[in-house]
Amino acid sequence: MLAYVSKLDFLLWVALPYAVITIFILGHIYRYLTDGFSWTSKSSELLEKNMLRIGSMAFHYGILMVLIGHFIGLIIPKSWHEAFGLNDHLYHLIAVVGGLLSGLFALFGLIVLTYRRFSVKRVLAASSLGDKVVLGVLLLVVILGLLATLSNIGGQFDYRTTIAPWLRGILTLRPDPTLMQDVPVLFKLHILAVMLLLAIWPFTRLVHVLSVPIAFIWRTPIIFRQRCPERD
Amino acid sequence: MALKAQLSMVINLDKCIGCHTCSITCKNTWTNREGTEYMWWNNVETKPGIGYPKRWEDQNKYRGGWKLENGQLKLRLGGKLFEYINIFHNPYLPTIDDYYEPWDYDYENLFKAKESKFQPVARPKSAITGEYMDKIQWGPNWEDDLAGSPEYMLKDPNIDSELEKEITLEFEKTFFYYLPRLCNHCLNAACMAACPSGAIYKREEDGIVLVDQEVCRGWRFCISSCPYKKVYFNWHTQKAEKCIFCYPRIEAGLPTVCSETCVGRIRYIGVIFYDIDKVKEAASEPDEAKLVEAQLKLFYDPNDEATVKEAEKAGIRYDWIEAAKRSPTYKLIKEFGVALPLHPEYRTLPMVWYVPPLSPILQTMTKHGYSEYEIFPAIDEMRIPIKYLAKMFAGGNEQLVRNILKKLLVMRMYMRAKQLGREDKFNQNLLKEVGLTPQMVEEMYRLLAVAKYNERFVIPTTTKEKYENVYREQGLTGYDYIPPCDFCNPQQG
Ligand code: HEM
Ligand code: SF4
Ligand code: SF4
Repeated sequence: MLAYVSKLDFLLWVALPYAVITIFILGHIYRYLTDGFSWTSKSSELLEKNMLRIGSMAFHYGILMVLIGHFIGLIIPKSWHEAFGLNDHLYHLIAVVGGLLSGLFALFGLIVLTYRRFSVKRVLAASSLGDKVVLGVLLLVVILGLLATLSNIGGQFDYRTTIAPWLRGILTLRPDPTLMQDVPVLFKLHILAVMLLLAIWPFTRLVHVLSVPIAFIWRTPIIFRQRCPERD
Repeated sequence: MALKAQLSMVINLDKCIGCHTCSITCKNTWTNREGTEYMWWNNVETKPGIGYPKRWEDQNKYRGGWKLENGQLKLRLGGKLFEYINIFHNPYLPTIDDYYEPWDYDYENLFKAKESKFQPVARPKSAITGEYMDKIQWGPNWEDDLAGSPEYMLKDPNIDSELEKEITLEFEKTFFYYLPRLCNHCLNAACMAACPSGAIYKREEDGIVLVDQEVCRGWRFCISSCPYKKVYFNWHTQKAEKCIFCYPRIEAGLPTVCSETCVGRIRYIGVIFYDIDKVKEAASEPDEAKLVEAQLKLFYDPNDEATVKEAEKAGIRYDWIEAAKRSPTYKLIKEFGVALPLHPEYRTLPMVWYVPPLSPILQTMTKHGYSEYEIFPAIDEMRIPIKYLAKMFAGGNEQLVRNILKKLLVMRMYMRAKQLGREDKFNQNLLKEVGLTPQMVEEMYRLLAVAKYNERFVIPTTTKEKYENVYREQGLTGYDYIPPCDFCNPQQG
């Protein structure tokens, strides 16, 4: 079982992911507890709304579809796909077409958003460093992801037997870096970029993703709050 | 039945001189920070006029307030599904240009400019980008006192094509009045209903509507959904902000800053008891012209024994009940019935009410050659102002406006007769016609004309001893350190 693992492989595919997960979780908790006031989507629509409409809509719908795709491909095991009658060929077809489409959608949105952020003076003036960095890192992640997919149109490489079990291993505390040894370099770079994104995540506007308003579905329209319960 | 106490305000438009003191003192107190330069939690508009933000009453553009759909109350903005789909970009959000781009002047240049042939000037500089602005195209109160009329005046959303024709024809005899506006701390607040994070809430004790800055996530639907455009987006903190009814002052029994500093002394603040169980029903009244009546039915007479019992049952404290009994706003709104809510057809049940202005009518009538004693029957001839006022304050119900204007006129005539010692000459039938007694008229006159500070503002203080360790906190509460509440458990939902 214990195959030889290079120090670098151990560092990149075991130590680093856990470090990133730790930063991600503790970072969110820390920020929430110490600075709830800065927790917002940081909307800039008041300052510019036409480009935002195209950019934000395309990016968000694209990236959300991409996330669903990643969930199906990486979290749900291959055996389940097969149980649903999804053979290799069919899976690959759906993944490449769907993945490319939603990825390109997200990329298009990101390009518009980035252009907007730097060209509209009002938006630029109201931008923090984090707002700019986030767009850059997201561009990196999405472009590398698209390149990796394009490099594997033929489907020679099956990430469902390598990256996917590696990721599930990380998440279930049974890390196995050997699974990552033969992964093509573009995929590796994409994963590293994602880790960079997750590491800066809690310290940027991206915290808004964790605040997706779920309770809104059943909430009453009018809310009353007491100042404080009375003490006897 | 479940009674609740609500702080309410009445603004007597007849006496507003449009000095903007209220707006300035409010701004100096609350919105002089970065990101809030363009916000006027209290602003005063000239009506007819476009207003602030431009054409805020045009709900086809901004989608504020509620509408009835098959008898069901729905946000005009759209349902929850609409908000989820459009959360990434809210199609109905106003942009900064709908308000105005805030600016400051480069005063430094006046001191630092090198010697030259021309005098140095202080050029305007955008408060957002910091860049020079060549030409300022719009700003707060750009159209004050009908500046730029008729061009701007006729863009008022309350003026439709029919009214426009009449007004244009009558332009030489035009009327205008001032409309001070602030958050109405509505009973059926649309801002609150639209907030996906549940950050906006009503205070149980006094009904003040607040945005919890720790919970707001900047989804910005409240801004669209408030039909009065009284929630603003702070572009610096990227969260929503609004009028807080000066709650730190209110808790100490003091009126809001706008009321305190009002030069005309035209503002009143008091407690009103209403039935929370009937709010939805009142807001769902199908006939827009009956909405004011429906809202009035929610308010209970604080001097009635039964109301006091209900209030005690609801846990409302003794001093609040006593304050409600003396409430100037209850008197003006319900007892005398001389105040109206702004745009009741938005169905948010606003709690800032207005005594409609007589002056445009008096002015027009004098032009027509009526004397003060003939004025009464002539009110009906003043079609344009009445129709316009009814659109703003009564869901189009001209009769309501007419009744109030008559009451105000009768009060003037009665008091004039009295003060000149000509009571015998006063036609008592006039009182009967408007449903007032001599005592009521005199009380109303006192309240509207000479009432002192503690008659205009009847505000019970908040007692904190029960839930705060005042001794421990002495000296700790200030601008930079406000200790967190140890046992707060804000409940939502
Ligand atoms: C379903 C969950 C999400 C919701 C409700 C949401 C909502 C929002 C909102 C309201 C804005 C502000 C737009 C404005 O300027 O008015 C925003 C901006 C942004 N969101 Fe999301 N978002 C979600 C998921 C995501 C995800 C998964 C990502 C990326 C991984 C993301 C990345 C961004 C970025 C980068 C911006 C800034 C865009 C700009 O430069 O203006 N969001 N989001
Ligand atoms: S007026 Fe005030 S309480 Fe009413 S909807 Fe607007 S912001 Fe909310
Ligand atoms: S301070 Fe009073 S009189 Fe002056 S504009 Fe404001 S409400 Fe009107």
